[in-house]
Amino acid sequence: MNFSLARTSLIAEADLVAIAGERAVCDRRGVLYFPDLRLLAVSDLHLEKGSSLARRGALIPPYDTGATLLRLQAVIADYQPSIVISLGDSFHDGGGAERMHASFRERLEALISGRDWFWVAGNHDPEAPADLPGETVRELAIGSLLFRHEPSKERVEGEIAGHLHPCARIVQRGRSVRRRCFAGDGGRMIMPAFGAYTGSLNVLDRAYAGLFRLDTLMAYMLGAERIFAISRSMLRPG
Amino acid sequence: MTEQPRLAEQNATVALPEPFIRWFGEKGWSPRAHQIELLARAQGGQSVLLIAPTGAGKTLAGFLPSLTELANRPRRKPGQAHRGIHTLYISPLKALAVDIERNLGKPVEEIGLPVTIETRTGDTPSHKRLRQKLVPPDILLTTPEQLALLIAAPDARRFFEDLRYVLLDELHSLVTSKRGHLLALGLARLRNYVPGLQTIGLSATVAEPDELRRWLVGQNPPGAMAGLITVAGGAKPDISILDSEQHVPWSGHSARYAIPEIYEAIKRHRTTLLFVNTRSQAELLFQELWRANEDSLPIALHHGSLDVGQRRRVEKAMGENALRAIVATSTLDLGIDWGDVDLVVHVGAPKGASRLAQRIGRANHRMDEPSKAILIPANRFEVLECRAALDANYLGAQDTPPLINGALDVLSQHVLGVACGAPFDADHLFEEVRGAAPYAGLARETFDRVVDFVATGGYALKNYERYARIRKTVGGLWRVSHPRVAQQYRLNVGTIVEMPELNVRYVRQGRGMAGRGGPVLGKIEEYFAETLRPGDNFLFAGKVLRFEGIRENECVVSNGAGANIIVPSYAGGKFPLSTYLADQVRGMLADSSRWQALPEQVADWLRLQKEKSVLPKRGDLLVETFPRGNRHYMVAYPFEGRLAHQTLGMLLTRRLERANARPLGFVATDYSLAIWALDDMAALFKAKKPSLAALFDEDMLGDDLEAWLNDSWMLKRTFRTCAVIAGLIEKRFPGQEKSGRQVTVSADLIYDVLRSHEPDHILLQATRTDASAGLLDVSRLAEMLSRVRGRIMHKHLEQISPLAVPIMLEIGKELVNGGANESLLMEAADLVEEAMGQR
Repeated sequence: MNFSLARTSLIAEADLVAIAGERAVCDRRGVLYFPDLRLLAVSDLHLEKGSSLARRGALIPPYDTGATLLRLQAVIADYQPSIVISLGDSFHDGGGAERMHASFRERLEALISGRDWFWVAGNHDPEAPADLPGETVRELAIGSLLFRHEPSKERVEGEIAGHLHPCARIVQRGRSVRRRCFAGDGGRMIMPAFGAYTGSLNVLDRAYAGLFRLDTLMAYMLGAERIFAISRSMLRPG
Repeated sequence: MTEQPRLAEQNATVALPEPFIRWFGEKGWSPRAHQIELLARAQGGQSVLLIAPTGAGKTLAGFLPSLTELANRPRRKPGQAHRGIHTLYISPLKALAVDIERNLGKPVEEIGLPVTIETRTGDTPSHKRLRQKLVPPDILLTTPEQLALLIAAPDARRFFEDLRYVLLDELHSLVTSKRGHLLALGLARLRNYVPGLQTIGLSATVAEPDELRRWLVGQNPPGAMAGLITVAGGAKPDISILDSEQHVPWSGHSARYAIPEIYEAIKRHRTTLLFVNTRSQAELLFQELWRANEDSLPIALHHGSLDVGQRRRVEKAMGENALRAIVATSTLDLGIDWGDVDLVVHVGAPKGASRLAQRIGRANHRMDEPSKAILIPANRFEVLECRAALDANYLGAQDTPPLINGALDVLSQHVLGVACGAPFDADHLFEEVRGAAPYAGLARETFDRVVDFVATGGYALKNYERYARIRKTVGGLWRVSHPRVAQQYRLNVGTIVEMPELNVRYVRQGRGMAGRGGPVLGKIEEYFAETLRPGDNFLFAGKVLRFEGIRENECVVSNGAGANIIVPSYAGGKFPLSTYLADQVRGMLADSSRWQALPEQVADWLRLQKEKSVLPKRGDLLVETFPRGNRHYMVAYPFEGRLAHQTLGMLLTRRLERANARPLGFVATDYSLAIWALDDMAALFKAKKPSLAALFDEDMLGDDLEAWLNDSWMLKRTFRTCAVIAGLIEKRFPGQEKSGRQVTVSADLIYDVLRSHEPDHILLQATRTDASAGLLDVSRLAEMLSRVRGRIMHKHLEQISPLAVPIMLEIGKELVNGGANESLLMEAADLVEEAMGQR
């Protein structure tokens, strides 16, 4: 298996978007890959959300961590990045890493090993995840890019953030389609949530007010086979 | 018949207390035979099912055993402890409980009985509930959900220790749903508290009374039955089908063509009740009637999405005979007796014959006078259906959906509820649950899995032991692990799970989304609101509203106007055509001698079909194929209801795809199914690739169904309902949405994760069972496929047939916005012309 071949065949020029001059792939599975940096960013894994809710009496299936890791394994196997940034809210709460089943912990450690792995601190997990390899940072600047969990209030060119779990909705022929999406205006990109139990918030919600230049805002909606780039004028609230 | 005199002699010895005899005398009445017989049987210790038509004095009959016993009971001495509930009355509708309180209070007062009667429903204020716990009324009128709540309270056993009778009203409608399962489990619990408890079931005529008789008593020994008293039907109702001067439309449900004739009928009567099948039809009809209402007659609207206050105002006005007409849906169905209704108008097809009988019963609540009703078919197939329903009503044929096995999500809820009341022993509870008829066949292994689910989620991955909701303690009893569990249970009790809804909030025009604080007009399904654009006009609560936007859990609207008005559709509103009626309709199609009873234009339509294509025999399935434009169409006429046809459409499309026929889409109605494809399907059938018989083979219900099911939105929708009932996810309450979508875990996500990791989890099993019976109507489809085996009649045509026109008009109906209406009308006109051979 030739890794570099496998990697390039995944990326067509047409799929690339520019963020503050850097070329990136918005992958339909919800990760961002920068081929020139061999850097993969993923946001809002919310690992152990199931057990977090179970503590409060909602016994929802305990398979979310396994499901999320499987999908993460798949994209990492495809791109073979040398740097991985988990953009905050990697665990649903501070005790998540400790509660994680031993088998899941092993799988996660195997993913981390051999790469530069950064845990960006999020509002759900402000502290470093217990006993896991990787470096915990508040934010991370690489080239013209700035990775942080919550988007900053003021405009920052090249900012890659998560936190808001964007989704977008369109209506065609009286039917409504809602999907998770990347939201970007060329200068800033907000990533979709990756975790199996993460919900989403429409990019037209007031929580996003002031974050984007509205004339260039695009929603890159996640499809089953590909990404759909939809301009703001087509989007619907709700 | 020879039993009759003996019965009377026996009845003479029945102790009807003196004040009752005097009261009957003062009214100039005498007790009816079935009332006395019910009393005698109840006094003999028997549980009884009373089947009687509306107006037969059913309610009084049901309460007589309680009232006579209470009349003879010694008075409570001062200082003595308060006595518990004597009689529990349970009805499917809150409104019915309120209505009974009023109707029963009158004779109780006139006879001078020392009996207290109170209601307890979701609307009862908490101080009154508390007081009812301390000083219980003799007769408590309530709903299945409230019974579940009472059982889940720590003092339940004491509260019910004096209980003698449970009276179940409208039993035929209660038992067919999950609410019936919850109620059956509650009854089993009550029998545990009070072993000698007697039940009295009141029901309209049903096809299988034995099912209800078993339901009323504990099933140990299995098959035990309550006694049965049947009262023959009263005067035959006077029902007619509107024979309109106007053109009866090919398709659609609005019955707009008949508005002038309906309005004239309203003018000729005192009070008219107009029933429709869906809320959207109600909105449309109401709007059209007011457009025609030159005399400004008081005409009101009543359906389940409207604000409670508005509904109560309409009910009150109705009781006071202040209204000339009320447009209503099933919220006004069942045995509610309001005002002086002298005409029932049924718009649209009545779907089930027993539903028709119920509704006709609204008019004129006296058994010996005929009720008067007019049926208004909205399209031509409905003309056939109305005719069949009419014949069925005269024949006295009644159908109710078959009873199904007790649902496991409901059992889960009950098990948790029992634990909230008191610690339980699993062996004892299992025996108790099997005493409830719907759960008589429950396997112990399944029961144990349910208990495991309630405790820790029942997952193969044992991760949640420390978060268990109930735990087995040292003594072997299962106990609630934390008081919080009981609190959560109380908020989520019940089996009615609404689809996510938004409040419709009215603001003044021109204020847009900034407008604040107007009245709430009612609720609308979220998925409908999501298809609207700001500025769109839609019909709701009898008004044209302008959609401004969605704010949190509210749909903000202002006064609207304009020509392109959208009518919300409500997913829950459609009833399937009953098996019985479907068979009647097929019979009518096949037998041209019966067409005389049909309006001339409809009979003409059938004659033309016979000439241009063919009409199937009663047991056959007709499949037509024809080209049109650059497409090839296949239309089948199974008459099995929209749900079964949808499922069939999905499965046939999959098969046609595999056969490379390149199918493009399908559409289903209650009567037929149309599939269109790029390739010539008739040629495929001829070459037997596959043959038509192979295409319709029953084996499609195996792997194809399984594969399709897993990805179907219907399964997700069903899963959500099961998960809420089983207590896995919480009900959504108004105001909770404020926390935003990103915080809660949606049922869809849970479904996806669970299906890929533990496909045989008990909740997924429950979901599949439900979906097969409900939204998919698989059993109906299976019956049909086996019935038509070897009896499929293929007719290839050069062009569309007259019978195919209605379904062809349904294609593309989802285009609701903007100017598309014009092109749809044009399309419709072209289709009709083509079929009649006028070009």
